[in-house]
Amino acid sequence: MRDVSIIGIGQTPVGEHWGRSLRHLAYDAVAAAMRNANIERADALYVGNMLSGEISGQSHLGTLIADFAGLRGIEAVKVEAACASAAAAFRQAYIGVASGLQDIVIAVGVEKMTDDVGTQLSAGLAGAADADYEVIHGITFVALNALIMKRYMHEYNVAREDFAGFAINAHANAAANNNAMFQNPITKKDFVNCGVVADPVGLLDASPMADGAAAVILCPTEQAREFTDNAIRIKASALATDTLSVHDRRDPLWLQAAEDSSMRAYKQAGIGPEDIDFFELHDAFTIMAALSLEASGFAQRGHGTWLALDGEITPEGKIPISTRGGLKARGHPVGATGLYQIVEAAQQLRGEAGNNQIKNAALGMTQNIGGSGATIVTHIFERVNQ
Amino acid sequence: MTTEIARHWRLNSQRYQLVGEVCPKCGVKMFPPRDVCMECADDTRQPDFQFSGRGEVYSFTTVHNAPEGYQESAPYTVALVKLEEGPLITAQLTDVVNSEVEIGMPVEMVTRKLRAQGEEGVIIYGYKFRPRLAVAG
Repeated sequence: MRDVSIIGIGQTPVGEHWGRSLRHLAYDAVAAAMRNANIERADALYVGNMLSGEISGQSHLGTLIADFAGLRGIEAVKVEAACASAAAAFRQAYIGVASGLQDIVIAVGVEKMTDDVGTQLSAGLAGAADADYEVIHGITFVALNALIMKRYMHEYNVAREDFAGFAINAHANAAANNNAMFQNPITKKDFVNCGVVADPVGLLDASPMADGAAAVILCPTEQAREFTDNAIRIKASALATDTLSVHDRRDPLWLQAAEDSSMRAYKQAGIGPEDIDFFELHDAFTIMAALSLEASGFAQRGHGTWLALDGEITPEGKIPISTRGGLKARGHPVGATGLYQIVEAAQQLRGEAGNNQIKNAALGMTQNIGGSGATIVTHIFERVNQ
Repeated sequence: MTTEIARHWRLNSQRYQLVGEVCPKCGVKMFPPRDVCMECADDTRQPDFQFSGRGEVYSFTTVHNAPEGYQESAPYTVALVKLEEGPLITAQLTDVVNSEVEIGMPVEMVTRKLRAQGEEGVIIYGYKFRPRLAVAG
């Protein structure tokens, strides 16, 4: 196994890109990352995406993006793991380089959601759940999170407003991120009074659907200096699965795949959660932020919201999360999200996070969740040069 | 359309009768049925198991923005129901006012229309759960 580093990053703003299609968004991110790494060629391209077939009528995405990015001829495939597609694609790129089979590899996550709004998009997203035993009953992605959140509140005696800190922190951080979809701060009053989507999930518990693409370039750490002075080393990479459907979980209030992947990652890195300087977690819904903090060892079972109540998740807190806005406010272009998290972690570790900069950030963790906890990918990154 | 019919027809005994499986090795009762036991990974043929259809509400929510094919019944309540034999199951609640549902409420299975696909499409029927009726004294 070879040590692997990120040598280039690129992203498009997250939002409604009415004038740019799937292929153009992916190209924008890939081209930016290649410029950032000063490379003109690569050995392979891994494309993370969930919904191109359902929304854009476009399968065979690996070849399409390679072709349009001027990389015709290279190895290229799409990797799909619902909302965890991009981190899963990144992990394939990591495996390619670590194994010694590939030297310079591109991972891009891209999603084009605004080509289809409303009922069909909702049906496409529901494809992350069990078609025969969840979706057929009219379940939506929001509803699955609502079922988990309602039971969580019941079992741990937590109020909906206790989740407010997650959304407030995300919006406050996004205000300093030019690529974020929502750059407006919100108040606790906004959170408490917002409209209900599926009780108890309100509009401000939920992340927005959006278009976007983010990309990174990987190479062996020993070659990284040829390309950049600020390479970011991948200290751990782990992907774990759980039951596809929520109803099959031994405990629907515990993200077993988050525990499994984060524990594997800590072991690989030889560290524990107390060593992590910031955590880009998967706050698609506020309940997912709480569950992710618990299963990854930052809070005890049922205490995830305590970190939000105590301000420990803010940039000055013990474990800053969603430092550039998270899914909640940067936006959640589903199959691209995992690479936005990784690009943002790289920005923090390079010292390029502007007004979101976490002081002395040396170790960052990202966690990308597919479905309602069915696939969870955890990565740990560190600065190579001090 | 024909393959769509087969896709639903093959699940008839689950959708209409709540037939799951019991693992011959560890005894765990499973719904839906699987080829491999979800607890002990035993892969010998698992005999059918007929669930009673009785359970209680584990969690619930109301869907307002329904996906395609479900709009005519929106808003509707979906729930995780804890069956008395053990498993959780995802289903809609029916014959009940949303505001009267609460966690722990006893429910029982009934057969209802799950989804319609326009004027000519297949109508899919299956299980929903309603409040358990009090047994007459």
